Amino acid sequence: MLVKIRRASDIKQSEITSQSDYLKRRQFLKAGVSAFAGLGLMRAGIGEAAIQRGPGKLEKIADIRETAYRPPEAITEYEHITTYNNFYEFGTGKSDPHRNAGTLKPRPWTVVVDGECEAPGEIGIEDILSGFPQEERIYRLRCVEAWAMVVPWVGLPLGSLLKRFKPTSKAKYVAFETLVDPEQMPGQRRAVLDWPYREGLRMDEAMHPLTILATGLYGELLPNQNGAPLRLVVPWKYGFKSIKSIVSIEFTEQRPRSSWELAAPREYGFYANVNPEVDHPRWSQARERRIGSGLFAEKQPTLMFNGYADEVAHLYSGLDLRRNY
Amino acid sequence: MSPGTTRWLKVPVFLLCLVPAGILLLEAFGVAGLSLGANPVEALIHSLGTWSLNFLLITLAVTPLRRLTGQAWLLRFRRMFGLFAFFYLLLHFLAYAGVDQRFALGYILEDIAERPFITLGFAAFLMLIPLAATSTRGMIRRLGPRWKQLHRLVYPAAILGVWHYYWLVKADVLQPLIYAALLILLLALRLRKPTPKRVRNRSLT
Repeated sequence: MLVKIRRASDIKQSEITSQSDYLKRRQFLKAGVSAFAGLGLMRAGIGEAAIQRGPGKLEKIADIRETAYRPPEAITEYEHITTYNNFYEFGTGKSDPHRNAGTLKPRPWTVVVDGECEAPGEIGIEDILSGFPQEERIYRLRCVEAWAMVVPWVGLPLGSLLKRFKPTSKAKYVAFETLVDPEQMPGQRRAVLDWPYREGLRMDEAMHPLTILATGLYGELLPNQNGAPLRLVVPWKYGFKSIKSIVSIEFTEQRPRSSWELAAPREYGFYANVNPEVDHPRWSQARERRIGSGLFAEKQPTLMFNGYADEVAHLYSGLDLRRNY
Repeated sequence: MSPGTTRWLKVPVFLLCLVPAGILLLEAFGVAGLSLGANPVEALIHSLGTWSLNFLLITLAVTPLRRLTGQAWLLRFRRMFGLFAFFYLLLHFLAYAGVDQRFALGYILEDIAERPFITLGFAAFLMLIPLAATSTRGMIRRLGPRWKQLHRLVYPAAILGVWHYYWLVKADVLQPLIYAALLILLLALRLRKPTPKRVRNRSLT
């Protein structure tokens, strides 16, 4: 039995600004700003000034493009994003990645891209950083454990990198793998999951403009604990889909299995779309706790597709989301 | 150890048992640079739950430890440990119901009804309430032999508590399994009832 209690403070669906309206507004504002800048009164570079910048712990990424992807919500502090997360390769506690990820060597780093494509090959992290425009994408991140953040990523659309390798018509899915090296990733000495960590997307999900490969956080290179040097970010899916420290990308015809799906198929599905109406077997997904909101803050309602429904809901029309969790 | 010494020793032991709660209080209010971290609600609930289990195991260790060492005075600390297990469990429940769910009865009832790990934890909590309530000297006297029967509820409560922890974890069950192993050991030590010395002596003569 689901007991739904509506309180006066609850956000009604009608009150939530849709992403497309929001983007339109942003575009309107930006058009205004560039017209203004065009007058020659503001040549300082609006975009660069507005980019979120971290504490300077890691190398700054230059020439980051500002984008309209920024939810109208408080951005989670750098400190919280980098000290509280799941990255089982460094331990299963939330602060373990922060504590143990110092052993990871994110340079040099090569990603192998192969499978159903015409131009299989490799690409180094330096080429990814210099060969693709780096964009700021401020996204909500919703963990399957019912906590959430708002993260200012820096990265590139996954699709623009995938196209370089010319996937064929047989490429129906994209499979990703994390590095396996217990020397660098001490958590891999225990078989908590079946290493390497694996994830996958359907081709249309992978090519979707919201899907990015993140190279940075708060305008700086990704910290090791957050998946350096290159990780996936799929903002409308639970966080575990956003695989970290990627070394392999493969185009496949068959649907790949993801690590959590293999570990507990009843609890974690391939799609893992954020959905407040489909609960995890052991806890509710209706609400989420915002990291950084403090001890006495209320949970807030989780949005369908994590608030990105306008952009992605069409990908799943006709799909039973209760069965394809 | 004489009753006088144990009475004196109870004060520092009592204060020591309060230390985890004190640290959590300092962390919750950010005193001396301490903090509960990025997800303070989760940290608070998990820490209180863990301490409740710790004290439950300590309580259950008293009797086997007394048997092994022959130190009868250990028994005089058992009630205090048991009550601390309940104290941390009560705070654990209040942190969940009050801080996390803000006493929203609908959500709490839904959790208890639909989330098996919460059902188990809540059942263990309910079982320990009468034990805490009947822990006074007066109640022990009034209940007589039924007191002992009633307090056997601590065994199923401890099993449910560890099970609750096991079901909460996502993939890394090492820690809950350590608790389960310790609990099984403590329960197994009770299965082999040593023949009381006096009886054995009598049968020999």
